[in-house]
Amino acid sequence: MADAVRDLVRDGDTVAIEGFTHLISFAAGHEIIRQGKRDLTLARMTPDLIYDQMVAAGVARKLIFSWLGNPGVGGLGAIRRRVESDPPQLELEEYSHFGMVARYTAGAAKLPFFPIRSYFETDLPKANPLIRPIESPYGDGVVYAVPPLQPDVTIVHAQRATAGGDTQVWGLLGCQKEAAFAAERVIVVVEEVVDEAVVRADPNRTILPGLIVDAVVVEPWGAHPSYVQGVYDRDNRFYLDWDPISRDEDAMQAWLGEWVHGVTGRAEYVEKLGAERLAALRPSAAAPSGSVDYGEYR
Amino acid sequence: MNSRPVAFSKSEMMIVAAARELAGQRVCFVGVGLPNIAVNLAQRTVAPDLELVYEAGVFGARPARLPLSIGDPTIVSGATAATSMFELFAFYLQGGLIDVGFLGAAQIDRFGNINTTVIGDYAHPTTRLPGSGGACEIAINARQVFVIMRQSVRSFVETIDFRTSPGNLGGAEQSERIRREQGWLGRGPSVVVTDLGIYHFDETGEMRLDSLHPGATLDAVRETIGWGIRVAPDLAATPPPSAEELRLIREELDPGGAYTT
Repeated sequence: MADAVRDLVRDGDTVAIEGFTHLISFAAGHEIIRQGKRDLTLARMTPDLIYDQMVAAGVARKLIFSWLGNPGVGGLGAIRRRVESDPPQLELEEYSHFGMVARYTAGAAKLPFFPIRSYFETDLPKANPLIRPIESPYGDGVVYAVPPLQPDVTIVHAQRATAGGDTQVWGLLGCQKEAAFAAERVIVVVEEVVDEAVVRADPNRTILPGLIVDAVVVEPWGAHPSYVQGVYDRDNRFYLDWDPISRDEDAMQAWLGEWVHGVTGRAEYVEKLGAERLAALRPSAAAPSGSVDYGEYR
Repeated sequence: MNSRPVAFSKSEMMIVAAARELAGQRVCFVGVGLPNIAVNLAQRTVAPDLELVYEAGVFGARPARLPLSIGDPTIVSGATAATSMFELFAFYLQGGLIDVGFLGAAQIDRFGNINTTVIGDYAHPTTRLPGSGGACEIAINARQVFVIMRQSVRSFVETIDFRTSPGNLGGAEQSERIRREQGWLGRGPSVVVTDLGIYHFDETGEMRLDSLHPGATLDAVRETIGWGIRVAPDLAATPPPSAEELRLIREELDPGGAYTT
């Protein structure tokens, strides 16, 4: 992870660590903090705890997002304090969820904008002048355009990939595919590396080909405290505990000192969490997919 | 039938009343927070065939536990479809398949316009709220919108600080004209359920109290709304939660009391 972040994430970059509640690469975010990256523009539909931590650590100057909160729990203290301070210490560029997905889609498809039927009669286009009304060239009314988003680096966590970066995901798919295809550089973090034969046996499960992946990092539990479908559940206690920590800047800095700067990497973080806590996050039972027959055609 | 009345909280009454409103509905887009527990109760009571749609990219969820958030793994296991978020927003929502968008709100006005973005000025907010998420496009593209939220003078306001999700705009006449001219799929808000009562929207597009929950008073309603609220001449009394509805909330859906305390 240290090598991937050193080689592929640069000061001033626009970085997207995507994954909608599911598969959030906390491991990559923490490594970016440890390496003291600066002036990053952080893009994510839902900044979640990871961007609260990265903002508290001082790596970011701007957020591009669509929903800012601790899902199911409350707010994000570090971000709120910086936005509510006068003058604000963090720049915001705000969309709706579909707006963000549409931005990555335009970025991946090299389109100049993406038209969507959102934003009518709302204050969002006033808050963000990059959201613009556009007349249909076919004369059937106005829609809203959002600009392409092409991150310098997109980082996604996945259940598995080959060493070459062919990446497979199941469960919530979020917008990782769009965000990765839109990016200049892509880091994939996985629970396990698998043989090419595993991927080729189930090609519908592949979200990214190795062709667009610059680094594959194996980091079991790398999405904790978020979750990996079929492997571990969200550590909800962590999300609940984050609320009071996040409200208090000193507590937050102390947390970063202990859990990010105080460990060398994810393996040490996992050891520090302890086997008992992690074991409790395993699914209560297996629920394997039915298998399908792709057939062989010679 | 259990004849002995069971004590219940205002939050439990609100969740039960909201769930009952979903009777007869087919496809519901589930918003963040209180809608999550209301729709899961509805699926276990009045609307067993309700298709739950989660913006995280799930159609036809059958959650085995109450999802901790709208991105919980339990919404995937056993669902009809797990889609990309592009597909969910573009084909299911914007494509017109959603009957009810179920939203929460921080501020709402008499016409059902919703703010979940900021309190105060946008550039210098006194309170920064989460923002739209999918709410803005749900409000525009779902066929109708249900809202569930607790009442207070801070939340039921004469003028919202930011319009995140459009309701009946400046009234029914303007809203109907704009929706027609711009080709919105949605007719707008139809129900608001609070901890005190159930509201619908009258022919002018304004919120009207149609049913008062047990224990709530008209004075309490008026004290927690920042405008002169209209009250239906034939104001109904919301039936209290049944023992079974309370059991489902307390034992199956929210044993930790996350939504009800």
